[in-house]
Formats: sequence, C-alpha cells, structure tokens
Amino acid sequence: MSFISNKKIIEKYLRKGMFPTIFCTGCGIGGVMNFTLRAIYDLNIDIDTTVFVSGIGCSSRVPGYIDSDGLHTLHGRAIAYATGVKLANPNLNVIVFTGDGDCGAIGGNHFLHAIRRNVDLTVISINNFIYGMTGGQVAPTTPIKSKTSTTPYGNIEYPFDLSILAKVIGAPYVARWTTAHPGQCISSIKNALQKPGFSFVEVLSPCPTFYGRLNKMGTALDMTKHLKESTINVKLYEKILAEGNTTDKMVIGELVNTDKEDFGTKYKRFCGELK
Amino acid sequence: MTNEIIRLVGKKDLFIQGDEATVYGALLADCKFFAGYPITPATEVAEGMAIWMPKLGRVCVQMEDEIASIAAVIGASCTGVRAMTATSGPGFSLMQECIGYACMAETPCVIVNVQRGGPSTGQPTEAAQGDIMQTMWGTHGDHQIIALAPKSVQETLDLTIEAFNLSDDYRVPVVVLLDAELGHMREKVVLPEVKNIKVEEKIKSNIESDNFKPYRKHFKKSSKIPNFKHFGLGYKTYITGLTHDERGFPVTTSAEVHEDLVTRLIDKILDDIDNVWYYEDYLIDDAEIMVISYGITSRPAASAVKMAREKGIKVGHIRLITIWPFNYEKIKELLKNVHTVIVPEMNLGQMIHPIREVVGKDVKVILAPRIGGAIHSPKEIFKYIGEVKP
Repeated sequence: MSFISNKKIIEKYLRKGMFPTIFCTGCGIGGVMNFTLRAIYDLNIDIDTTVFVSGIGCSSRVPGYIDSDGLHTLHGRAIAYATGVKLANPNLNVIVFTGDGDCGAIGGNHFLHAIRRNVDLTVISINNFIYGMTGGQVAPTTPIKSKTSTTPYGNIEYPFDLSILAKVIGAPYVARWTTAHPGQCISSIKNALQKPGFSFVEVLSPCPTFYGRLNKMGTALDMTKHLKESTINVKLYEKILAEGNTTDKMVIGELVNTDKEDFGTKYKRFCGELK
Repeated sequence: MTNEIIRLVGKKDLFIQGDEATVYGALLADCKFFAGYPITPATEVAEGMAIWMPKLGRVCVQMEDEIASIAAVIGASCTGVRAMTATSGPGFSLMQECIGYACMAETPCVIVNVQRGGPSTGQPTEAAQGDIMQTMWGTHGDHQIIALAPKSVQETLDLTIEAFNLSDDYRVPVVVLLDAELGHMREKVVLPEVKNIKVEEKIKSNIESDNFKPYRKHFKKSSKIPNFKHFGLGYKTYITGLTHDERGFPVTTSAEVHEDLVTRLIDKILDDIDNVWYYEDYLIDDAEIMVISYGITSRPAASAVKMAREKGIKVGHIRLITIWPFNYEKIKELLKNVHTVIVPEMNLGQMIHPIREVVGKDVKVILAPRIGGAIHSPKEIFKYIGEVKP
C-alpha cells in the first residue's frame, strides 16, 4: 500500500496543461485514475515506456491527464488500437481506460477477441451503468428498471456483467471493486499490471450527474454507500452459494488469477521456431 | 533489405498475383506490422503476409474485423513502425472512421484496397473501380489523403513501397487501389533494389512535456508536416482524434484552432502536390481528344489510343497513377488543347466528376462506363474515340 500524498501523485504523474478535468463533482473516474497512478508508483513502473490507450466517453479522457504517452482513439476501439501498440512494441506497458459502454457495447467484440488472444494488456473499465458523456443514456450494464434518458420508463433489457464475461472467455486476471474500495482497487491494479496477458479490472463508480439524478439516488456519497451495499465479496458469495442460498448482489473481489502465456510472447517464440 | 528478402524468397524474379505483389512490396518497404481480415478478393494479401512476416520476426495478425485491423495498424504505427492492412469494398467501408482518425492524428499507414463490385456485398469475385470517391470522401469531415492506382503487377509492387514512403513523408494514410482483376492477375515481377528506407531517430529525449508541441511548431523543413515522436521515447506524446492544439491536447470549441488544424491537414499535401502526383502521358502533344484512365483500365485505354492513332485520329492518353489528390492545375494544363475527354471507368462515373470540374463547359467530357466485372476491351474504348465529333 502506497503512502504517497495526492500532491506528490499530481506532481509526478499529471499533465497540468490539461487541467481542469471534465469530470463532474462526485464522479468516480478521478479516483480510479488516482488508484492506477498509485499502483504504478508502488511498482516503480517507468512512465516513459507506459502508454495509456482509451476510446470515447468520460473514462476515456483519463489518459489526457496523465503525463505519459497517450492514445485517445475512437468509440469502442481502444482495445484494438492497444493490441497494435503492444504487439508492435512489446516493451511498452499498455494500459487501457474504458467505460462500460465503450467496452461492453460498441467495443464488445474487440474486448472478447483480445481476451481470446490473450494480448498482454491491462484494461481498467470504469462502470457507472450509464452513458455519461452524451447525457445519461442506457448502457449495456444499466440494471433492469433503471431510468436513463433513453429508458424514461425504466430499462427492460438484461445487463451485461463485464467481469463475468471476461472470466468466461478466459482472461487470466479479473477483479471487480467499487470506488468505495480504494485499497483493494490499488492492489488489484498492481496484480493486473504484473500479470502477463489480458488483465481486466472493473471498478463500479458513481455518476451522480446522470445515473444518480435520474434514479433519485442522492449525493455521490449516498451512491458510493449504495455501491458498497449492493455488492458482495466473492469469498462471502461462495460461502452463501455453498450453503445453498443465493443473492442479487454483484460479486466483487479478485475473480480470476491464473497463468496463461500471452499472445506476444507466444508469437515471438513461434517466430523463433520458424527461423 | 532487398537481399534479405531475396534470400528468404529464394529468387529475384517472381510470377505472382497483384495481391501478392503488395506483400513483397510491404516486405521490401520494411513493413513491420500487418493486421487484416479475410475478404475476397484481397485475402491473398493476408495469406502472403502470414507466410513471410513471422519468418522475418515481424508481426502478422488476423483481427476480428476490418475495424480492428485498421485500428491495430494505427496503434502499431504510433510506436514508430511501418504498418499495413488490406481489404476490399465492404471492409474498406468499415475502416472509414479509423481512416479519418489517421488523417486527424497524422498517423502513417498503408491500406491496400482490392476493389470488387458493389454496393454492399455485390460481386465478391468481380473487378470494379467503385471505391474511387469513397477513397477520398468515405470518412466524415474535411481531409486529404493520398491514393495510388497501379496498372500492372510490377507497378503494384513498386507503388506499395512508394505508398509507405509517402505515408511517412506526409504523415497521412495512403491507399493502394487495386481491383479484383489486377489483384488476381499473374505477371512477372522483379524485386527492386530498395534503398533509403527511412528509419526514425530512436533517441530518448527528456524534454519537458508541456513544451513539446508535436503538431505544428516543429515543422519539418519548414513544411506543414509535424515532427512527430513515437511512443516509448519519453516525449509523452498525446494523440487524439479530437480537434487539438499544437501540443496535441483537445481544444474542441475554438473555430480558430479547428480551422488551423484542418486546413493544415489538407495543405500539407496540396502545397506539395507536384511531388505526390504521379501520372503518365502518351501521344498528348498534338492530341485533340484525350483519354484519361487509371488502374487496370489504362491497359485497354492505351491500346485503344494506339488503334485510333493508326486511323489518323489525334488522340492522347493520360494515366493517373496518383488518383488522390487530384491535380487540378496540372490536369487543366494538360487538357488545354483538347475538345473532348473520354473517361473509361469500371463504375458509373466517379473520376469523371473532378475532370468535368477542371475543364469547365468548353470541353466535352464523355464517360465510358463498364460495370459487372469484365474490364473494357480496347475496341470498346476505341469506339468511343471513333464516335467523337469535333
């Protein structure tokens, strides 16, 4: 766990020329950026050989605020661009910031196939259950009955569970937390950064401006409390299941941590064998 | 580079398809990254790359779709390597958003488009020149790209190498436009000697990031092309498809910043058009009629002009090698003494539009269209020439 002050994080890692940020008051994205930078600090990762890649959406603005190489791409395509960056130069650490819509809707196919290939990327998905940048439309993660500007009478579609999706397709590292779990988030991002292959960290985050307001969920603090209450740690969840019980709560914790040769390493080995 | 490739391939003279020629062109141009998706009639490009690239320790990956292919190519290019993808009409349509991104972010990349009959899935195995306008205007917003249209397998190889050079020089996507006929046609090629492959300086710099302005201030040779530093060098380069200032940071509501940027994206190429615009002329000095063609159609067009000359008709031939940008000034000059222009195209009229625009009302512009798959016969174009009345 890092004991560096926020001031030091700002001095060391942020691109002051880009401030102020576009994030609304109470938004969780800045927090996730902070967790990520603390993980980088703790691991002493060289920021000059780290590339942050993102698509379009609120969370995709994060790379702009970090003083390192950044690639702000098109809606949904971050993982595909990142695949090119990583395979062309395997010495770079490639971290993708994406939102639930960017990753799960328009970019869903790239997400699935990068996991299938097991490209060595760290994908941090900030899930606020709504499209924030465009003003609060329904997302593939929006819970049933939730109100958004395009589901004014409540959402009737079943939502995606991005972490379970990543787990099922075979990502070697999957963890999910909320912005109310900073320590756990930092520790999981550290594990993700060190894991060769596709690692996925989903962070559930409040969007008080749209999701909170449209669903009358109160302040950012109320929403954070709600996130904490509506989630259950995987260890506890497994215990409940073993007892034959069930729960509607979203499972959080380290969901997968296994070893699997990443695509780039495998490709390099395969090229060597051909020569 | 050439020697390494010849050693690998085993010989210098090859009897190959147009599609394969783009592969050897890319190998010779030191293309380090290929990402593609199977599509008729461009699949042979991906297949050729899959054979040779791993043997050279270079990356070849089949992505999940064409959007991912061009996205990965742009990502790879940001790390300072030469990168290419190949597709046909339907895939080219899917790539358009990313092509616009590469224009805006000024990321070099080469796209081979082996055209087939459209719209939609159309005629997968049949040749067409249906993507001429899409190549220039397929992506949204004002921009300029470069597109080259070879007429033979050897030229396909040579122009693929040139596409990489132009793409690096002008920091713009370059499209190599083939068609199913040329893509699948076999001809003899000789692997050319390739020299002067540019390698970007890989010096690590520690300049203060807020002072580095990759887009604008560091103009290369006082031109409008940015002095860009790729990822991993410590320049903390930020690349975005949003309208950005000289540092590369988003500034999306300033008319001035947007106008400056987008005008420069176009002018960096148009200011230097004579170095980008390649063409060939044949018997044009005393010509009163001009045939303007590009790509495979230039072969029957040249034969038709020859046939007409034998009959005493004063006709010349201009072959556009660079089809975009369109060189208005130069073409106007070349056409100043003609009364009729014939434009054979394997579509229902695309390149004819800028030609009409350039000659004005004084010159008659006749379209010689052909769609459905077969290329024009020399006789067919000859007939158009013979019917011209001064």
